[in-house]
Amino acid sequence: MSKLPLEGIRILEMTVVWAGPYCTSFLADLGAEVIRVESLATFAPLTRGVRAHPTAASLEVQPVFMGGYPDRQPGDRPWNRCPIFNPHARNKLSMTLDLSQPKGMEIFKDLVKVSDVFVENNVVDRMDQLGIDYAMLKKLREDIIMLRMPAYGSTGPYRDYRALGVHIEGVIGHTLLRGYTDMDASANNAVYVADAAGGSQGAFAVLAGLHYRRRTGKGQYIELGQAEDAMPMMGQFFMDYAMNGRNAATSGNRHPTAVQGCYPCKGSEQQGHDRWVSITINSDEEWRSFSEALGRPDWAVDPRFAHAPGRLEHHDEIDAHIGRWTEQMDNFEVMRALQVVGVAAGPVMDQRDAYNDPHLRERGMFQEASQEDTGTHMYPSAPYTMSETPPDIRRGPVRLGEDNEYVYRTVLGYSESEYARLVAEGHISMDYPEPFE
Amino acid sequence: MPDSALSHVRVLDFTTQVAGPYCTKLLADYGGDVIKVERPGTGDAARNLGPFPGDIPHKEKSGLFLHLNTNKRSITLDLKSKAGQKIAKELAAKVDLVIESFRPGVMDRLGLGLEALQESNPRLVMTSISNFGQTGPYRDFKSSDILVYSMGGEMHSTGLADREPVKLGANVVLYQAGSVAAVGSAGALFLSQDDGPGQQVDVSIMETQIGSVDRRMSALVGYQYTGELSVRIPFGAAGYPIGVYPCEDGYLEVTGGLIYFPRVVRALGNPPELLEPRWYTPESQTDPELKDEFEAHFLSWTLQHSKLDAWRAAQESGVLSGPLNTMEDVANDQHFIGRDAFAQIDHPVAGSLKYPGRPFVMTESPWGIRRPAPLLGQHNGEILQELGYGPGDQARLRAQGVI
Repeated sequence: MSKLPLEGIRILEMTVVWAGPYCTSFLADLGAEVIRVESLATFAPLTRGVRAHPTAASLEVQPVFMGGYPDRQPGDRPWNRCPIFNPHARNKLSMTLDLSQPKGMEIFKDLVKVSDVFVENNVVDRMDQLGIDYAMLKKLREDIIMLRMPAYGSTGPYRDYRALGVHIEGVIGHTLLRGYTDMDASANNAVYVADAAGGSQGAFAVLAGLHYRRRTGKGQYIELGQAEDAMPMMGQFFMDYAMNGRNAATSGNRHPTAVQGCYPCKGSEQQGHDRWVSITINSDEEWRSFSEALGRPDWAVDPRFAHAPGRLEHHDEIDAHIGRWTEQMDNFEVMRALQVVGVAAGPVMDQRDAYNDPHLRERGMFQEASQEDTGTHMYPSAPYTMSETPPDIRRGPVRLGEDNEYVYRTVLGYSESEYARLVAEGHISMDYPEPFE
Repeated sequence: MPDSALSHVRVLDFTTQVAGPYCTKLLADYGGDVIKVERPGTGDAARNLGPFPGDIPHKEKSGLFLHLNTNKRSITLDLKSKAGQKIAKELAAKVDLVIESFRPGVMDRLGLGLEALQESNPRLVMTSISNFGQTGPYRDFKSSDILVYSMGGEMHSTGLADREPVKLGANVVLYQAGSVAAVGSAGALFLSQDDGPGQQVDVSIMETQIGSVDRRMSALVGYQYTGELSVRIPFGAAGYPIGVYPCEDGYLEVTGGLIYFPRVVRALGNPPELLEPRWYTPESQTDPELKDEFEAHFLSWTLQHSKLDAWRAAQESGVLSGPLNTMEDVANDQHFIGRDAFAQIDHPVAGSLKYPGRPFVMTESPWGIRRPAPLLGQHNGEILQELGYGPGDQARLRAQGVI
């Protein structure tokens, strides 16, 4: 077996929430030694949890993706148990220091000297306060690559504006392009597409920087403003404005040329009743196959429906017909019945569906991983596979300070007595100091 | 032209529509030499998808295609013909990376599978982008934008409790798949160009959503930890102020509940009634009466401000927030214009237009537009010339319909 693509590359991260940690998860999957540099002086909200010490009652009211700690219990070390954090913390290392002490910055500088890449996605003034910028890093390590990923970049009127992915999506126009057509935008719930884009394209940016460095010996500063980063994903809508001066609106679940929708299905006691299937019917040929699969061959020749313009005109009526058929069926059954005749159909998969899905199982999308404070669970692995160097989960979600000894003693070469002193001075710990919210 | 990050990378691109072309756009815009192989006569299906200027369809004027294919060269090849396959193989022998988005199995049937191509190019990387991946029971299933989000993404919790789940903006999930494919490709190349093996990168578009940080991974792991499924919540059931609020001229998205609540109160000028202890108990965020009372306050403030003024005032108190912009707002935003976030690109048929620009700035090895999206088969002559096909050969291939 070959070595992994990024074996031998050391990456430091001071990342928060989702976009930054997701970026480095790709690099860790590819074999880089990714070290989370975690300051014990601050607890970044929405990173290792909403807060360091949530109460069980506060977890109870949070959605499962946020408050779904094992059994909804915070446990002794809640920061190692949070579902906001653990899924992207695979294959990484964690070390702690206290950046509010001058010694903390010295430790950080020692680490920079032996690292290839530094990644951060904090609000701009956080790095300013710490005195961390590319010039400073470059003095310590001539060929370092720095990826900075603030919401709106490090210059311009919005440089200090605070945002989560959901706000960035409003700013770049995505929020007005999604949601129900018969309700205004205030019915839209939060999604975080910009975090996903920042993560994957941030990883691509680091890889591009590493390619360039190998060829030229030069490191560099890379700036990924998360809003700008996700803007190309609005491409056709942006171009429509550029070409036609038009501001597109949401089209709900509909498609410009196909019959498309999300339809109710039969549930069961065990599954619950919130069961749905999505269907896209692209062409006259697919419409004919669809009509036959439903036992309504007359629809294939009905002049109202036979061709795309008619189908779009009568879309509401078609939807009602489809819904009456699907609501008597299981959503996986609809998928099989339609896919077999060449029509795109697939269930809206809740989490249980996904974990039980035979396709994802066969492809090994979920992999088992363990961690002392949460136990053993199945986690999503890298969102692509490789034939020679599979980006598997080699290590479960990293605990705070789990690799202090390796980082301080082996990577930095600090002596045993120095290590003991740093423990005493509050740099090295697997717990946040009290009091912490 | 300054040296770009990937100017040493040569790519042969068999992809169409959105996901694959977005992946190769990222590679090309950061310097890769991308040869796009298109079907003679018709070309990439995205050429038929809008928007078009004045809504008049034209193969060289699709806004989607123009955006997704900057910096690439186009050659037309009939891959069903022996001569077309031979040329494709000759091209594949000279590149570092082949990217394709055919249905699984098609490349093998065309004699262009990875094993066949590695005979003359052992370190070749092939990235295959498909709906469900190269293996597994759904391998040959059809898909669509909505299906990707339904089956892979967190659509189950997107929308309202008493309504059907609702998808994201058109094609967004396909772009995300393309950007993941660029990561896998650049990672595999980093190894193959360091005396490592070539290999296949298998990108299942569905899995790029299963493994997405957009709530999906967290919802999946939260389910593992608790056995609970994510839900769509009723309209207005979140804490306060959380969600989209109307302003004088549009909307402002605000995340101001829980630990962020004091910042919102500060933005409102710390009115004494909002400083009372009842707003700061653990139960306050789930109390519907308090929510109503607060929102009456908050709405009277937002409705007196434009979305940009409300945003600025909210940010002055550190409130996580953002306006809901239209494309017009985005394209004319002085912050983004000042940061040079857009590109003005001149195309021989579509003319000069403003495009979305670079996703990120590389200070040493810049993003750049060397050429606009190619006309169909625009580079047939020069690419065939590079392979040693003279004008006579080219005329023959043209007459046979190969190019």
